[in-house]
Amino acid sequence: MRSRFFLLLFVMAGLVVAFAPLPVRPIAPQERNFRIEARQYAYSPAELEVNSGDTVTVQLVSTDVVHGLYIDGYDISVEADPGQTAALRFTADRSGSFRMRCNVTCGAMHPFMIGKLTVGTNGWLYRSIGLATLAVIGFLPLSSFITQKKKEH
Amino acid sequence: MSRIELTRFPIVKSAVKNRWPQLAVFIVMLAGYLFAILAGLIGTPVGSHNFSIVFVWIAWWAILILVAVPFFGRGWCAVCPIPLPGEWLQRGAVLNPPDKNPKWLNLRWPKALRNIWLQNISFLLLALFSSVLLTTPNVTGIVLAAMLFGAIGLSTVFERRAFCRYLCPVGGFIGLYSQAAPIELRIKDKQVCVTCDGKPCYNGSTNGYGCPWDVFPGGLTKNTYCGLCMECIRTCPHDNIAINLRPFSADLAKPSARMDEAFKAFVMLGSAMIYAGVLLGPWSALKDAAYKVGTGAWFIYAAAFLGIIFIIMPSLFAFCISRFENLKSFKKRFATLSTSLIPLGLMFWVAFSLSFVLTNATYILASLSDPLGLGWNLFGTAEAAWQPLLTSILAPGQTLALVGGLVWSVRTARKAASEARVSSIPVIAYCFTATLVMLWLLL
Repeated sequence: MRSRFFLLLFVMAGLVVAFAPLPVRPIAPQERNFRIEARQYAYSPAELEVNSGDTVTVQLVSTDVVHGLYIDGYDISVEADPGQTAALRFTADRSGSFRMRCNVTCGAMHPFMIGKLTVGTNGWLYRSIGLATLAVIGFLPLSSFITQKKKEH
Repeated sequence: MSRIELTRFPIVKSAVKNRWPQLAVFIVMLAGYLFAILAGLIGTPVGSHNFSIVFVWIAWWAILILVAVPFFGRGWCAVCPIPLPGEWLQRGAVLNPPDKNPKWLNLRWPKALRNIWLQNISFLLLALFSSVLLTTPNVTGIVLAAMLFGAIGLSTVFERRAFCRYLCPVGGFIGLYSQAAPIELRIKDKQVCVTCDGKPCYNGSTNGYGCPWDVFPGGLTKNTYCGLCMECIRTCPHDNIAINLRPFSADLAKPSARMDEAFKAFVMLGSAMIYAGVLLGPWSALKDAAYKVGTGAWFIYAAAFLGIIFIIMPSLFAFCISRFENLKSFKKRFATLSTSLIPLGLMFWVAFSLSFVLTNATYILASLSDPLGLGWNLFGTAEAAWQPLLTSILAPGQTLALVGGLVWSVRTARKAASEARVSSIPVIAYCFTATLVMLWLLL
């Protein structure tokens, strides 16, 4: 009975860590402009950080072959011809960390041409760390308790 | 949960005992393998449009690491086409009863090499060149062909499946992680094996071949070296061998004390973390270094790769467990406790592969219609656009895999620590730290 109670408590705590809303510091949305140079197989800069609600304009410049920029989660993309600039404008209304990928086959390492966009706080990373911590802290006494019960039986 | 004998169901039993279903799968696999070699060598050099890259490194890899290994252990080895031509040549037959007189040299594998060190090295050799291997069709074609011809060559010199058992870069980690799978091949009654005349499961009989994996089934206590080829089920005259469904990670309750297996766990854990950083991270300098084989940057990358796997990770682990003295030697404690890294490593690979596979899965459709990149459109899907799949559930899925792997490892660590009579806390701290690093790399 007690082990089931612990397990329930453990699961409940896990759900709170995974889904409870995180406190957000209110920051007024801004216009953000970035110039990203794309070459085989890298973006420069490869990591962008904006606040939630910002209006983001990315100027993608390709310095060698045709490259693209696709943002996971936002499902938007832009393509730039060699030496040309193409613009992508969007509102960063989804928080978290998103991979930016080249969506035009540009050579051998194309599938690994990856950048990173962080909007606000990377909440899922912190939640995951919380879950891992909870798993270790919670599992140890629970496991000991179950082992002890088994021995008693 | 106790074990459920799957071979007591007539349909399973007849499917396993009959050679034809397995041969049919083998032939399809061998045809696919030969086509992958051909596509790699003569198809388009664009990896994402070539059958060899798309079907080997995306489709096959997804099935292997997300389904076959976690749920069927060495299930892939049961249908792997690589040893087939060599084995047929070695036996001088495809299905006929074996000839008593060996047709080739039939030597025993050298005693000093009867371990998985060579498999650790062969995996690392491929891993160091993985950026090129995973993206360049003709390199993939050459490596696939080399494995096939290597297996054939070894079959003519050594007895049984020497390549699979001692050299295959994939077989080593499948064996390691198969200990966590809920499937096993075991004997039913030990006494029957003790009194069995001639041990046909190991030596062969008119009903089938002696164990190709050089394993005596009567002594099997873990999955690591059983290739699930089913020969022993066919040759056992007493119907004493079964395929069982069992709890996950049942073998890990009896930790290994072998250093080659311990280092395999570090090789796999470290490789998953390095791949997550190099291939899926935003750091272009790392990608450049990994891809430009032979340059100074690549040598630094290779040295760092090997240093992390063979020095840094094992040293940190050794430091963690060194404070607890007990009757067992340090080497034995190290090997026993490293068993905890097996579920963690498996789930690290699952989390890494989820990202890689879901992002690139749509290439499968296009490659199916135009496998050589020659402008064909066999099934009308050649123009299928690239589109990452299920990106909204990717991060939660990876968290589930990594945190689940951590819990699984904590559980295994407690058992291994109890076996080694030391505290499990340092091992748990090590697993926790590794998980945090992997979360940071992937999310």
